[in-house]
Amino acid sequence: MKSLGSIRRSFAPWADPNSVPFIAVKNVTKKFGDFVAVDDLSLNIYPREFFALLGASGCGKSTLLRMLAGFEQPTSGEIILDGQSLAGIPPYKRPVNMMFQSYALFPHMTVENNIAFGLKQDGMPKADIAARVEQMLKLVKLDKFAKRKPHQLSGGQRQRVALARSLAKRPKVLLLDEPLGALDKKLREETQFELMDLQQELGLTFVVVTHDQEEAMTMADRIAVMAHGKVVQVATPPEIYEAPNSRFVADFIGDVNIFDGTVSSAGNGTVEIATQTGFTVRVASTEPPAVGAKAGFAVRPEKIRVGRDRPACAPLNAAQGEIWDIGYLGDMTVFHIKLKDGKVVKASSLNAVRAVEDPLGYDQEVWISFDENAGVVLKD
Amino acid sequence: MAKFGSALFNRLVIVIPYAWLLFFFLIPFFIVIRISLSETAVAMPPYLPVFDLASGFGGFIDNIKQFSIDNYIWLTEDALYTKAYASSLWIAGVSTFLTLLIAYPVAYGMAQAPSTIRPTLLMLVILPFWTSFLIRVYAWIAILKPEGLLNQLLLTLGVIDQPLIILNTNWAIYIGIVYSYLPFMVLPIYSSLEKMDHSLTEAAQDLGCTPIRAFWRVTFPLSLPGVVAGCMLVFIPAVGEFVIPDLLGGSETLMIGKTLWNEFNANRDWPVSAAVATILLLILVVPIMFFQHAQSKADAEGR
Ligand SMILES: Nc1ncnc2c1ncn2[C@@H]1O[C@H](COP(=O)(O)OP(=O)(O)OP(=O)(O)O)[C@@H](O)[C@H]1O
Ligand SMILES: [Mg+2]
Repeated sequence: MKSLGSIRRSFAPWADPNSVPFIAVKNVTKKFGDFVAVDDLSLNIYPREFFALLGASGCGKSTLLRMLAGFEQPTSGEIILDGQSLAGIPPYKRPVNMMFQSYALFPHMTVENNIAFGLKQDGMPKADIAARVEQMLKLVKLDKFAKRKPHQLSGGQRQRVALARSLAKRPKVLLLDEPLGALDKKLREETQFELMDLQQELGLTFVVVTHDQEEAMTMADRIAVMAHGKVVQVATPPEIYEAPNSRFVADFIGDVNIFDGTVSSAGNGTVEIATQTGFTVRVASTEPPAVGAKAGFAVRPEKIRVGRDRPACAPLNAAQGEIWDIGYLGDMTVFHIKLKDGKVVKASSLNAVRAVEDPLGYDQEVWISFDENAGVVLKD
Repeated sequence: MAKFGSALFNRLVIVIPYAWLLFFFLIPFFIVIRISLSETAVAMPPYLPVFDLASGFGGFIDNIKQFSIDNYIWLTEDALYTKAYASSLWIAGVSTFLTLLIAYPVAYGMAQAPSTIRPTLLMLVILPFWTSFLIRVYAWIAILKPEGLLNQLLLTLGVIDQPLIILNTNWAIYIGIVYSYLPFMVLPIYSSLEKMDHSLTEAAQDLGCTPIRAFWRVTFPLSLPGVVAGCMLVFIPAVGEFVIPDLLGGSETLMIGKTLWNEFNANRDWPVSAAVATILLLILVVPIMFFQHAQSKADAEGR
């Protein structure tokens, strides 16, 4: 499963034991009164990495980001940036810039002055400031809007000003709190790729917070899935998707079918689980749970085959049911198949050809089946 | 029918503020101007000409012909009035500035306070209005007079060995105005600070501002509308203030409100006091109009 990470890019400093993390979050806890917003959290983020924090609303993503920016102090634990502890260093002395969830553009300043704001604070010579601002405006394609005030811009344009402003100082680390939250789907997808290009071009480290899993999958080198102030899994998008380490992650990212059961045999790199649904699955597993232990089996809808004929592997990795629901999405079709015991399984198939002869219809008796490496065993 | 009724209602709603302006500002204002163009007379009312419906249109024209700007010329000839105007503007300006110095931190503190206690703080700011203004000004006499509370306190503490003479000086007037008008400054500043997005100052700090610089570059400029509103609410009534200079100020304190009161009550010279009031209004309104014009122009340029 490890090899999946390298499909994306050959950039994988986290896999190299010799590489030094750029940001090291060490056992950080943040409490608001009695409420624990971030709970004993540890993370390593590497130079030039595009790192995403993904999790449900209220799980502590913004709080973690605000601790990196210096607006909140950890209750315990420490954060190290580029070999230096950030404890006690105020926000204005950190080589970190943040793009705010609300953009936080200065309403009394023009776009130009918003972008120049941080540079002026640093006492950069006027000519250099002008050059940098122009470059930033070009980068975010807002050259024509330099003299406007924020209230005269659209939501997407404002977001780009916020981005330009946070990038203008060339921070070592850029923190982005739901940077694309206010954009419509199309603009959001476009901007995702723009952000990725930008990050590559400038060679910066990005930490982006989002609760949109698709966004995280698209942009990030690695994703940290958070729940209740803890990190549940940190991995590349393909690993997170194909090899979730827990029921929570499997369920949180994408669609999944989970079959609960008991391990009936294990060995030879495979494990067999007798599911409560009545059939037995045989799965490839390098670290199988003990025989007799409770375990779950998670398999994604697109890895389930649906057909009228009894598959060759039956009764292993196969079950009979009837088509309960069909959702046609254009690029693919989603089937909801009701198994004998009433459990509904989701399966999807790509619509690779325009017209299928004799397509599957409602209430038909079908078989579902999947390969031995189609899913993963969940121990919890 | 219902449609007609609602159209009528809409029209009425628009008419109300205009009617208000007409009856409570424009008509009285024209009466004041009209009196200022008249002559003093020992009569009732104490000026000439007096319009009489019975004399018809011809009489009306005759009356108009009797109007003169003598009173205004008189105001420029006697240095007393010019001095009174200048000293009123000065005293109002200084007091407004002092009020701002005190009110801004108060408003800022209120806006920073936890939202649960803000209503209480707001109440406390308004609370003094519940007792009579006059009584509160009299109370200041008791505090400021040579054998008053303030001097007793300072003498007991050994800060001074001679009582301070504050009462019946300009300082007493400043104290009185600052005290009386403080809420009018605090409230607009508070409301402009309170609705400000906290993440703006965080953004400024993130971009390298110390908290103090962030205040001057972001918080303060954004609170300017509140500051301007507060300054006007204090400055304008302070220029024409009568009670405070009369009770707390000295005999040599010259303020236009006092002058006006003297003309009106002691001299019974209605036309001159009307002229004084008209000039006062012009002194206040014309700069404000220029200011607003400049502001709307600046706003338009931003577009
Ligand atoms: N200043 C604060 N005082 C008290 N509780 C806070 C404070 N800031 C955050 N919290 C709480 O901490 C938890 C985590 O908040 P946080 O803003 O980090 O969530 P999030 O993951 O960013 O959520 P979202 O996706 O909605 O932005 C929430 O339950 C929130 O109510
Ligand atoms: Mg958040």
